Amino acid sequence: MRRKMSKGIKITCDEATTICDKNQYREASLLEKIKLQWHLFLCKHCTTYTVQNKTLSNLFKKQAESYKDKNHCMSTTDKETLKKVLKKIE
Amino acid sequence: MNQTQKHTLDPNTWVDQYADYLFNYAVVRVNNSNLAKDLVQDTFFAGLKSAKNFKGDATERTWLVSILKRKVIDYYRKINSKKGQAEVRMSFYNDGENEGNWIEERVPQSWNNASEKAIENEELKTQLEDCIDGLPEKYAMVFRMKTIQEFETEEICNELGITSSNLWVIIHRARTQLRTCMEVNWFNA
Repeated sequence: MRRKMSKGIKITCDEATTICDKNQYREASLLEKIKLQWHLFLCKHCTTYTVQNKTLSNLFKKQAESYKDKNHCMSTTDKETLKKVLKKIE
Repeated sequence: MNQTQKHTLDPNTWVDQYADYLFNYAVVRVNNSNLAKDLVQDTFFAGLKSAKNFKGDATERTWLVSILKRKVIDYYRKINSKKGQAEVRMSFYNDGENEGNWIEERVPQSWNNASEKAIENEELKTQLEDCIDGLPEKYAMVFRMKTIQEFETEEICNELGITSSNLWVIIHRARTQLRTCMEVNWFNA
């Protein structure tokens, strides 16, 4: 993808929302956050995106919690099948 | 004198000892239990085939995991290079004088009663899952690993052989599409 290198503090909506996404994981740099804030000051659409992104992050967080420490196991039947298959090729 | 214990392989015990561990390892990465089962089976096959190359420096489990890791990368490369694969819908112009601006019909719309609709319930969870599943495979995999399984960026990059800027482009496109999907199917449905 072609991306215009932005000079100075001005960034495009695509770049601003990329930083906003990165910031959901607290991984945006200070400079990126400054660029984002400046962009949000001027851009209504990206401000809406940012507000909604926070809502989505909270939802994802809850989804993540319900997956946490879940140990996925193979069923006994699957294991038996697997054993048979392995026996054959051994 | 310099006696380090060499590890040995005992394929007869593999399924009982490692199937669950390997299955869990695979499923948190590919989020599909049938696929995870296949990867575990492939790992055992590959292990049997290359058992003679096992030097005994690592434990049996570590050795099997290293095989599975390569299977996961192979899978990622396959879904990444699939010809004619579904791509995410573009939300921004990618050339011309509007480059980097929102495409009109993809501009975020305001949500009705957003806070009320964001209250956790099963229906909402199902809708979220549906939207994630609606992403092209590659985007769903990276998004889930980062957001749902909460892997570190560095870990994902190492495991899938991508750079962090690749990762953020993927996450950005995934999240932009998810936002639209949730807007249409949930918040403003």
